[in-house]
Amino acid sequence: MESFADGGLPPDDVVVAALRAGDEAMFATLLDTWSRGMLWLARSHVSTNDSAQEVVQDTWLAVIRGIDAFEGRSSVKTWVYRILVNTARKRGVRENRVVPWSSAFEHESPTVEPARFQDADDLLPGFWKDAPAAWPTPEGEVLATEMRGLITKALAELPHRQRVVITLRDVEGCTSEEVCEILEISPANQRVLLHRARAAVRGRLEEYFETAGRSA
Amino acid sequence: MKRFSCDEVVELVTAYLEGELDETTRCLFAEHLSGCEGCARYLGQIRATADALGALGASGPGAGGEPSRPPSDGLPQSARERLLAAFREHRRS
Repeated sequence: MESFADGGLPPDDVVVAALRAGDEAMFATLLDTWSRGMLWLARSHVSTNDSAQEVVQDTWLAVIRGIDAFEGRSSVKTWVYRILVNTARKRGVRENRVVPWSSAFEHESPTVEPARFQDADDLLPGFWKDAPAAWPTPEGEVLATEMRGLITKALAELPHRQRVVITLRDVEGCTSEEVCEILEISPANQRVLLHRARAAVRGRLEEYFETAGRSA
Repeated sequence: MKRFSCDEVVELVTAYLEGELDETTRCLFAEHLSGCEGCARYLGQIRATADALGALGASGPGAGGEPSRPPSDGLPQSARERLLAAFREHRRS
């Protein structure tokens, strides 16, 4: 899927040529487009926001030094994010903070509250008892702003790995292949983390719409 | 032939959207959806959630000023300027 967040970026060869030619506007565009996702990714390896900022700055400095030697074996984005992950991991080890990237627990529990479904004594076990209600289409600037705040908060509350994957995939617009390559995780692991993260954010939106519906 | 229940379908939505279900599973999934309003709505809401997250990305770091944005929502201006200066410096040398 073509990413919305990266929609404004030209193809890689143009980006690389511009950086090598000293095009500061291009460098600023990359900084502004990728830094947020990079901060969240860094934050999953180190213990503070300040540390994460330093990791991101060190990554960009490595990009500045390394762009002449970039061979184009991966996309520019994957290359930058790989530098970030390596920088963050080294720092995480120094801080004695190693975040495991696979967790059996995360793969097993259901993503939708089991009480929402009929149980073994009901007529249709496993079918909806409390099916999702229709959502209103957000209208107007106020609601849109409120929604953005809500989603940002929902993201911040996710477990680190889920947040990293959903940020890279849905917010930053990376492909599943890019995410697997950047994080060195299997496609199955990537999909499980994305699935759990989307289900959790959907759950927050549902709570919000239910509350809004009751108070209206 | 096996039929999916709703609690199974909701766990398959991401694999479905990623196009990673095998042909048989995809058919069973689609068959369930066509007869189940609750699951069709659930799938739509997962899609809407992904779209809303994409819109968040499209608004770009620094856009908007809602107080709930976490501190890690982009590099501070000072760091950004230092990096731009480092870029200029490196290109000159």
